[in-house]
Amino acid sequence: MDAIVQLQRQFVDYTTSLYRDGFLDDQFTQLQKLQDESNPDFVVEVVNLFFEDSEKLLNNLATALQQQIVDYKQVDAHVHQFKGSSSSIGAQRVKNACVAFRNYCEERDPEGCVRCLQQLKREHYLMKSKLETLFRLEQQILAAGGSVPMMT
Amino acid sequence: MDAAASSQKAMVDHGDQPHVLAVDDNLIDRKLVEKLLKNSSCKVTTAENGLRALEYLGLGDDQKNTSNDSGLKVNLIITDYCMPGMTGYELLKKIKESSIMKEVPVVIMSSENIPTRINKCLEEGAQMFMLKPIKQSDVKELRCRLMKYSS
Repeated sequence: MDAIVQLQRQFVDYTTSLYRDGFLDDQFTQLQKLQDESNPDFVVEVVNLFFEDSEKLLNNLATALQQQIVDYKQVDAHVHQFKGSSSSIGAQRVKNACVAFRNYCEERDPEGCVRCLQQLKREHYLMKSKLETLFRLEQQILAAGGSVPMMT
Repeated sequence: MDAAASSQKAMVDHGDQPHVLAVDDNLIDRKLVEKLLKNSSCKVTTAENGLRALEYLGLGDDQKNTSNDSGLKVNLIITDYCMPGMTGYELLKKIKESSIMKEVPVVIMSSENIPTRINKCLEEGAQMFMLKPIKQSDVKELRCRLMKYSS
């Protein structure tokens, strides 16, 4: 019983820190509310889809920025997609990185865009690693026979 | 029966399980809107762009635009505004121009809160405009408003 309580406490602390440090926003909470018995893995599924999709976007962005003549409309279109998905799952810092990126696209600033891409990659991998940690904690709680605390 | 009332009827006729066509080019948003609608007891079909949506509705260029019976009758269309190729606004116009689908309520979603964009869509006949990211409360409101005139 103690082990479960420990794990649950860890989970709550970790989740709280993710919100406090701006990694997650309310939209993530909304996602969690959608999960139910008919769809117990909904959040993990959506998050996995997001990371698969964003890997592709990151590759497309790298390619687009490497062109002799950069097509900023195309770059902006990719970033717009990325912004949309990150916003929909509550990945706040990733979303903010996209917002900054779009400004540099508008300015048609190649160096600014490259810097933004690097920043976006960093935020993306950071988010990925943090959510993996969160899901691992959930799994540990469930494996120990406990239930995952609801964060309201 | 005026267009608004018959639009309400279009929602109500399918009782508790309206069939919604959700159009969005973003994979994550499609999955999200589908879940939100299913959680509100809707049957959902998704389309990834305007052309596919029109085809599903039987309004494709090479289809006979004779009836709204694409498998299951569609009671509501919800579409993203910013899509490559055909925008949600262009899709809305095509739907409102068609004799068979113009009574079906259309809801537009967008991540950008641009009043001129919103007004343009409402003027073209969109029933509602929703700001992304969409939450459960938005879908509840949608259900409420579109069922408002039911007895």
